[in-house]
Amino acid sequence: MYRVTSARSLAENVFETWIEAPHVSKNAEAGQFLVLRIGEDGERIPLTISGVRGDLVRVIFMAVGTTTKKLAGLKTGDTILDVVGPLGKPSETHHFGSCVLVGGGVGIACLPIIAKALKASGNTVIGIIGARNKDLLILEDEMREVCDELIVTTDDGSYGIKGFAAGPLKEICETRPPNAVWVIGPAIMMKVTSGATKPFGIKTFVSLNPIMVDGTGMCGSCRVVVNGETRFACVDGPEFDAHLVDFDLLMSRQRFYHPEEKESVEHHHHAGGCGCGGRH
Amino acid sequence: MSDRPAETRILDFSEVDSGITAEEAVAEATRCLQCKKPACSSGCPVGIDIKGFIRCIEGEDFRSAIAIIKESNMLPAICGRVCPQEVQCEGECILGVKDKPIAIGALERFLADWERENGIVVPAVAAKRSEKIAIVGSGPAGLTAAAELARNGFSVTLFEALHDAGGVLIYGIPEFRLPKEIVRSEIEEVKRLGVEIKTNHLVGRSLPVDELLSYDAIILATGAGLPAFMGISGEHQIGVYSANEFLTRVNLMHAEAFPQYDTPVKIGGNVVVIGGGNVAMDAARVARRMGAEVTLVYRRRREDMPARRIEVHHAEEEGIRFLTCTNPTKILGEGTVTGVCVVSMNMCELDDSGRPAATPIPGSERIIPADVVIEAIGQSPNPLLIQMIDGLIREKKGNLKVDESGRTTIPKIFAAGDVATGAATVILAMGAAKVAAESVTRMLSEE
Ligand SMILES: Cc1cc2nc3c(=O)[nH]c(=O)nc-3n(C[C@H](O)[C@H](O)[C@H](O)COP(=O)(O)OP(=O)(O)OC[C@H]3O[C@@H](n4cnc5c(N)ncnc54)[C@H](O)[C@@H]3O)c2cc1C
Ligand SMILES: Cc1cc2nc3c(=O)[nH]c(=O)nc-3n(C[C@H](O)[C@H](O)[C@H](O)COP(=O)(O)OP(=O)(O)OC[C@H]3O[C@@H](n4cnc5c(N)ncnc54)[C@H](O)[C@@H]3O)c2cc1C
Ligand code: SF4
Ligand code: SF4
Ligand code: FES
Repeated sequence: MYRVTSARSLAENVFETWIEAPHVSKNAEAGQFLVLRIGEDGERIPLTISGVRGDLVRVIFMAVGTTTKKLAGLKTGDTILDVVGPLGKPSETHHFGSCVLVGGGVGIACLPIIAKALKASGNTVIGIIGARNKDLLILEDEMREVCDELIVTTDDGSYGIKGFAAGPLKEICETRPPNAVWVIGPAIMMKVTSGATKPFGIKTFVSLNPIMVDGTGMCGSCRVVVNGETRFACVDGPEFDAHLVDFDLLMSRQRFYHPEEKESVEHHHHAGGCGCGGRH
Repeated sequence: MSDRPAETRILDFSEVDSGITAEEAVAEATRCLQCKKPACSSGCPVGIDIKGFIRCIEGEDFRSAIAIIKESNMLPAICGRVCPQEVQCEGECILGVKDKPIAIGALERFLADWERENGIVVPAVAAKRSEKIAIVGSGPAGLTAAAELARNGFSVTLFEALHDAGGVLIYGIPEFRLPKEIVRSEIEEVKRLGVEIKTNHLVGRSLPVDELLSYDAIILATGAGLPAFMGISGEHQIGVYSANEFLTRVNLMHAEAFPQYDTPVKIGGNVVVIGGGNVAMDAARVARRMGAEVTLVYRRRREDMPARRIEVHHAEEEGIRFLTCTNPTKILGEGTVTGVCVVSMNMCELDDSGRPAATPIPGSERIIPADVVIEAIGQSPNPLLIQMIDGLIREKKGNLKVDESGRTTIPKIFAAGDVATGAATVILAMGAAKVAAESVTRMLSEE
């Protein structure tokens, strides 16, 4: 059993939860994730480790389906049955020179911990964070603190630069090309945004989010194709060279259980089991 | 043995074989010839004194009978159910030459089940010793090694990556062949010996290698969980599973009870399973229980199937369609599976494995409809942890190199089970674990 030590909402439908899990926090590094199962009847879902403090780890997530809605309903003092981690390979955060970190939506959650690690290896870090609108933007202050420079975009122009993050990224590549770039967000955003660095031949990492079960390399559910080869994102990734990833396959496989996910949400709604306490 | 009728048992996940009664056990035991040189025991990888325990059954002294088994085998309720007896103990039984061999597996299972109902005697534990031992992986190899070493007085920590201990016994072999309650009860016994089981710990990540190496001895029992894929076109579509994923979703996560349990699994009307081993049979029979029409595609002949004979028989009874001498060439569909293209195979001269080589017959391609395809074509050791430990040497197939004492190429690291042999059997994994545990005990006693 792992205790929730604090839980709050960061934006509409986006939540931040700190969990006491010393075996995970002790060795967690930037870019790694954990897998949790809330209760006996729960699914195992992967979430990025977006912060570490002593025995605590932080996850930031969007409540999109059954498990994330249940998780959003947990309050301080509640428990989570299983947490395993840290999983996946850490980000390559050695000395590159200058780096750009691009986050879209809840993908921004992955960035501060990577930014800190990159700074620690002596890199200059520019952050670009984007959301659909001002109200959905998360972690702006935290990012401002850890980056040398921060650019904010919103799709509707309600805050920062109007448009997608790919715009400023392209501009940076043209005017002061960085040595490495991270792009983390929904699959379609990673596909489009990482396209911006391709003509410049800049090393670009994306963090892939296929459906996972065990997270230990045993089931093959998380298989992705990178450079024409089948790789297991949970052990070979989750970060891969953006310019070699087959994003269309990733997006197709993410739709594996769409009908079942709907059914599950409806089931829990009827049973009143999401435990959201009316928060969403 | 009493199997439930196929028509009703495919409607649920309860055990197929309900076991034998005490009277049946005694009657079967009286058939034993009590051979001077019992061949049966030489067929058992852990060398159980089979004739000894059968004699006790005959005298209706079940308590002594189970004690004899437990001298060599800590997990008899499991082995009695899943050992490939026809090629092990029962395969060697002298009665099998002319008639039916003694049903050794059924007797062993009977005793273990009897003991569970009548109170389990926890074996004596030697005086506590100060040395600490880490065991990685809680499948049959890890559990056996842990039990042996705990009995020898060591302080043993068993690390398991998943949320439940048991390895393949929990996530792979389905409920209707091996009720999880039995696995859990045998694990409880191991715990009662003082073994600390830490689930949710992926060694190499949750426990870094340098911390692992700080233990006085280490036994790697990480199994062969890495699923192979055929590498044919279309296999990344929606609807294509490795057997590991399919079985894990059901056995570990209870997808058969979705949406009461949150984990889903796809089934559809037609399921095609590729392979001919125990894993393929299990996947096919799970799919059947979830209501699918199941076709099992295997490239060699029925008699070449590596599965336990009884599983092949049960699968057939349950209405699984067998397409033997047939091989898939591609998986069809546009993002979601619609069918499998297969080709018939000709059985030619014997190959290196002593089996006839299967070669495709030109022009025999055809399409079979499928909503779900499950590949059960083999597994190899998961490289994650063993790659991280400098100095471990692996063989060609990815399994760890060990000597006859179970020692790897690093002196204080031993390995047992599928990680050392490649995918094998429960009892071989346990046999190797006993050897490794003995070697560890010897090593730490000599120092
Ligand atoms: C390495 C990794 C890190 C991730 N980090 C984060 C994070 O920090 N914050 C965050 O909000 N989300 C993250 N995700 C995605 C997150 O796992 C899914 O949103 C979550 O599983 C949804 O579960 P659900 O039951 O709430 O929704 P569902 O209704 O089950 O699914 C909604 C969506 O999530 C995807 N999904 C469903 N089950 C899984 C699963 N077991 N594994 C992966 N994806 C699944 C589906 O494709 C679907 O699009 C990460 C995914 C991966 C692989
Ligand atoms: C579906 C199926 C059916 C089978 N049917 C039969 C049968 O009928 N009869 C028979 O005799 N054999 C059968 N087998 C084979 C048998 O189950 C295996 O040979 C046996 O389980 C091997 O035992 P093991 O302890 O070596 O490994 P496993 O049972 O594979 O256990 C290894 C454990 O180690 C854990 N692990 C791996 N890496 C790490 C790590 N880094 N940190 C922590 N934990 C880790 C895994 O999660 C797993 O729980 C079957 C196998 C399968 C898959
Ligand atoms: S452990 Fe297996 S091989 Fe040995 S006697 Fe029992 S059933 Fe036979
Ligand atoms: S070989 Fe058969 S008959 Fe002989 S002792 Fe063993 S079980 Fe009995
Ligand atoms: S999630 Fe099972 S292999 Fe990656």
